[in-house]
Amino acid sequence: MISVKDLRRRFGSIIAVDGISFDVNQGEVLGFLGPNGAGKTTAMRMLACFLPPDSGTATVCGYDILREPIKVRESLGYLAENAPAYNDMTVGSFLSFICDARRINGKGRKEALDRIASLCSIESVYHQTIETLSKGYKRRVGLAQALIHDPPVLILDEPTDGLDPNQKHEVRQLISRMAKDKCIIISTHILEEVEAVCTRAIIIDRGKILVDSTPEQLKQKHQTGLDDIFRKITQRSA
Amino acid sequence: MNGFWTVCKRELKGYFATPVAYVFLVIFLFFSGYLTFKRGFFEAGQADMWLFFSNLPLLFVFMVPSTAMRLWSEERRSGSIELLMSLPITVSQAVLGKFVAAWLFIGIALVLTFPMPITVCYLGDPDVGLIITGYVGGFLMAGGFLAIGCFFSAVTKSQVISFILAVVTCAVFVYAGMPTTLNYLSTFLPTGMLEAVESMSLQVHYESIQRGVLEFKDLSYFVLLIVCWIVGCCIVLEERKAS
Repeated sequence: MISVKDLRRRFGSIIAVDGISFDVNQGEVLGFLGPNGAGKTTAMRMLACFLPPDSGTATVCGYDILREPIKVRESLGYLAENAPAYNDMTVGSFLSFICDARRINGKGRKEALDRIASLCSIESVYHQTIETLSKGYKRRVGLAQALIHDPPVLILDEPTDGLDPNQKHEVRQLISRMAKDKCIIISTHILEEVEAVCTRAIIIDRGKILVDSTPEQLKQKHQTGLDDIFRKITQRSA
Repeated sequence: MNGFWTVCKRELKGYFATPVAYVFLVIFLFFSGYLTFKRGFFEAGQADMWLFFSNLPLLFVFMVPSTAMRLWSEERRSGSIELLMSLPITVSQAVLGKFVAAWLFIGIALVLTFPMPITVCYLGDPDVGLIITGYVGGFLMAGGFLAIGCFFSAVTKSQVISFILAVVTCAVFVYAGMPTTLNYLSTFLPTGMLEAVESMSLQVHYESIQRGVLEFKDLSYFVLLIVCWIVGCCIVLEERKAS
């Protein structure tokens, strides 16, 4: 459902993403791993059509990110780093705005809002303005925004960052539940998360893919925990 | 179209969700009335709104950029632009949506000056056509300033910088057509250049509408002014949204 071909992007003299290619199919949860500044966020922004690539392209659900960005965005749920939102709006009016933008109207809207509020456990803050929310709730509102139209493809940039252990567990369960009929990419530096939810892991550093494998295969091959493997691979390339 | 209305609706609601709208309206209404009466509305002894409309350029030079400055700077600084641009909305829809919302807001401010025409109608027998074209001119001028403000708001993440740049640019557009400026320029510019400067000036076209005639050249001037700055805003935003 996602097919990336030789995607490249540079900022000035820094090459953020240096020719990455991979495919992700329905039912897969791809973990995007890498140290800070490895190019994870840049790659995800390009897939979400926020940032145009310098060269290369990608398709999401068969739509090209350069030629049909609007179609791509329609079939995509995207949670950006830091979960940006309009801070002066209440959670309810913010989600209504997202429904407007995604053409969820009438009866469907009420259903979508009810479903998402309980799915992301945000009922208790539904009438609060977003700027008064804690980091965890803010991220859950961001998640709600990405899931409200029940998209076939999800791109989540550090979805559990800033959540407490209980909330992390909830979000991981949510991702696992949705996994079988969606195609999901999550970025993270928390390696236990990869083991908990991902069916496949890509380790990226300095814009290049170093490893593309499953967490089990990685552990078998290196005979050690993911932490050590991560350190070994990314430090060798440094 | 859906994207346009979505952005427009949110933006317009946003004005009234924060104190911004009320502060703006109170200050605008106070000064538009105050300046009119201070400059001798009663002494003139004429039932028209000429004094009111002649103050508008000066007021709008400051007030309009103050509504426009947050349109994109805020969005870029807080990072919410990444959210907006991951929704199925194009850059031009978003730019137009915000622009129209801000323009409607200024329209509301102009409508709220209704006690002025009522006073004039009560005191005498004014030319209603002249008052209507006066408002049309004011609204068009606000649109021009707003487009300029919108552009500078996309250029920088700092609201203060975008405000100052927009005020200066708007002031240049107004004062280029003032008789004093033109007199000064005529001392060293050839006539052709002088006419060019004069026809570029917003003041000249605004005053021409204030005389009660909606001419094609004046309308097209404002339309062109708005379109150019809005297109500029789209280009800049497309280029800089992620930086």
